[in-house]
Amino acid sequence: MNSLLAQLLSKGRFRVSVAVLLLVVAFAVLGPMLDTRNPLFAVGGRYDPPSANAILGTDVIGNDVFLQLMHGLGTSLKIGLIAGLVATAIGVFIGTLAGFLGGVVDELLMGFTNVVITIPTIVILILLSVALESRTLVSLALIIGVTSWPWTARAVRAQTASLRVREHVDIARLSGASVFSIILWEILPYMFSYIFMAFVLQLASAILSEAALSLLGLGPDNTISLGKMLQLAIQGEAIRTGAYWAFLPPTLLLTAISFSLLLLQSSLDEVFNPRLRRA
Amino acid sequence: METLLSVKNLCAAYVQGGQRVRVVDGVSLELRRGEVLGIAGESGCGKSTLAQVLALLARPPLWVEQGEFWLDGTIYHLAQEHRLSRELRGCKVAMLPQGALNALNPTARIREIALEVIRAHQPKTTPQEAYARTQERLERLGLPVRVLEAYPHQLSGGMRQRVVTVISTLLNPKVLIADEPTSALDVSSQKAVVKLLRELLEQRVIEGVIFIAHDLPLLRNVADRIAIMYAGKVVELGPSREMVEASRHPYTKALVEAVLVPEPYIRQRRVEGIEGTPPDLRAPPPGCRFAPRCRYAWARCRELEPPPFGDKERFAACWLLEGMSA
Amino acid sequence: MKSLLQVRALSRTFGSGKRALQAVKGVSFDLAPGEIVAVVGESGSGKSTLARLILRLLSPTEGQMLLEGQDVQRIPLRTYWRSVQAVFQDPYAAFNQFYSVQRLLQKALTLFGPLPTQERKARMHLALQSVGLEPERILGKYPHQLSGGQRQRVMVARAIMLRPRLLVADEPTSALDASLRATVLNLLKDVRQKHGMSIIFITHDIGQAYYLSDRILVMYRGEVVEEGPVEQVVEQSQHPYTKRLLSDVPRFHG
Repeated sequence: MNSLLAQLLSKGRFRVSVAVLLLVVAFAVLGPMLDTRNPLFAVGGRYDPPSANAILGTDVIGNDVFLQLMHGLGTSLKIGLIAGLVATAIGVFIGTLAGFLGGVVDELLMGFTNVVITIPTIVILILLSVALESRTLVSLALIIGVTSWPWTARAVRAQTASLRVREHVDIARLSGASVFSIILWEILPYMFSYIFMAFVLQLASAILSEAALSLLGLGPDNTISLGKMLQLAIQGEAIRTGAYWAFLPPTLLLTAISFSLLLLQSSLDEVFNPRLRRA
Repeated sequence: METLLSVKNLCAAYVQGGQRVRVVDGVSLELRRGEVLGIAGESGCGKSTLAQVLALLARPPLWVEQGEFWLDGTIYHLAQEHRLSRELRGCKVAMLPQGALNALNPTARIREIALEVIRAHQPKTTPQEAYARTQERLERLGLPVRVLEAYPHQLSGGMRQRVVTVISTLLNPKVLIADEPTSALDVSSQKAVVKLLRELLEQRVIEGVIFIAHDLPLLRNVADRIAIMYAGKVVELGPSREMVEASRHPYTKALVEAVLVPEPYIRQRRVEGIEGTPPDLRAPPPGCRFAPRCRYAWARCRELEPPPFGDKERFAACWLLEGMSA
Repeated sequence: MKSLLQVRALSRTFGSGKRALQAVKGVSFDLAPGEIVAVVGESGSGKSTLARLILRLLSPTEGQMLLEGQDVQRIPLRTYWRSVQAVFQDPYAAFNQFYSVQRLLQKALTLFGPLPTQERKARMHLALQSVGLEPERILGKYPHQLSGGQRQRVMVARAIMLRPRLLVADEPTSALDASLRATVLNLLKDVRQKHGMSIIFITHDIGQAYYLSDRILVMYRGEVVEEGPVEQVVEQSQHPYTKRLLSDVPRFHG
């Protein structure tokens, strides 16, 4: 275990991505503790440029961009975490069952998975936003999670199918272990690193999904997120008026987060997946 | 008979995380023209590492610490010449690896693989020339020419290993290093591969084979002479028949006794394996390395390392043989 | 003598339609209590599929098996596995690398339902001792801390701890060094001696079959082509395939 960690730490990509992610998380967690003002409360006029009063200026309705960034980042991360966990959990559940049981169960579950892949998240969101009174952070995260698990399910299924024929699985069966016990104790431990990497990818894609949905006006109500900041900036014609401070910081932050998550995933992959290891 | 290849005092070690584990320790061997030299021993005895070094394929974390490599009149110092010329590797010494399936690119046809191998050393070869050459070689060896159009997975395990053998000798290397080339095959395919190697020698496509295997009955049939390795050292060497029927080193004796073949004597008694495991090469025992498992070991064996007794044609490194002249 | 296991016209087909592959075709044989039968064949002969059918890790397409006269379909799997156990080819792959020897053995004991801690411990110790391992030193070890020979011994210990009537040994020595093979085969011989267990020994090596077993079944393309007492099959083989198999084995002496 220590040798794995040592290998990881020796990789520049791993160190850079972890450093960026730690900074991002620290900003989202510590920021609002140090500055307790309400981000949805105007502090100045429309598109005030950066100043001592608001270091990143104000947005179209006079809110402090820096303050919004801190809080919006927190919201985006929370949505990403919840959606990522939900998607990974569903994906792992369906993938292991399909891969382990095979046969009809496999065909049914994979058929269902393929159906879900073809449904765009946006359609569900539009339908739900009509049905629901208000979209909260949690409901948005659940919707993203519930629609993005199929890729994880497919990958986990393939892994499970190859692990299922290993001799230690037969030994467990001969010891009378049940299907769930075998999946839990004989299959999942071998996939742990793989699942963790899948989660990192789901996290990155969920944060970007939130941004995309919010940009279309389907973001969470009564709160601020990175996506909603972009939506406000675009609606408020920040680009045309040259108020770069309103749209550049959230864009850069989103880029930094997803880039470092992908970087983290690729460095993990190189260490956990010996076939990719360079001599 | 004339010497084709010889190595003197070869030492090779794996170096990782500041730790140095010497897995080939002072090996000297000679391969004669037209000969198959067998090398046998338990897994972890260093025979596969030796194969890599002899095939000039040693790369970090494996380092050659010292050793003279004499091939067909030229001396090379393996420890200094990290980058031995391409001319030598593949052209004069070729490697026939363990699992043929992993050695072949699964998406290429056999003829494309053959072309690639030839081009690696003769870049100007056209596909037609390569095809003709491979075809001619297959015909001469009595193998079906249609395999050229096949993908590796379409061939049976035995055929695949024979095709790999033909491809790795396309450039007429002087020496072929075969590392357990048949251990994944059933006896019938094994026999076919061995026959092919003999054929290659007879037709002078190659001039010598170093055949590494853990299977003594197989070596008894394919090799002219056998060297037994234990914990990085050659402990006994001699003509195949003598090695089986009149082995001198207790380790060789134990290996021979542990062999299970369908010959009546094995049903009449209890065949014993060798108790214990080979030593940890990070801290090899002083004295004879086999002493901890040897039923004849006495005080001296645990203190002093036995030198080879006999001559360079027939020797064994064991204190029991002291004073005996070969 | 009453048979322990009767196999009747057992077949197994994989896939369907044009791509159907009949791995085992109408195999029948009887196994007496305490008998060691070797199933010999090359890769693809269906011998491992036969092993999995007998272990009920796979269900047959056709045919029937009787254990002590009772149709095995009527025996619940957990009960069946108390009577029929296995040792596999690769002693490394047969271990879950995350768990210790103790955990491996304890899991197998759950076949007997809840047992008092004292008895569980006693059984594990006894089984490890009977394969020549020291329980105190081995129980806490993880697979990567054991040598290949030790791992295979632990797997044999696991099987005999359950005191099955039948042990299916599927190429138990082919991943081991030649110097260890005799040791593992002797272990199986002793187990039969001590516990009167029957053994089905699956192997591609007719030499090992000759050493260990009482009877040999030779399989070729899913069918048993020759069957008989070891000496008869090896010394006066009838079927051309058996003859070829024997003539391809390298001569060791002479």
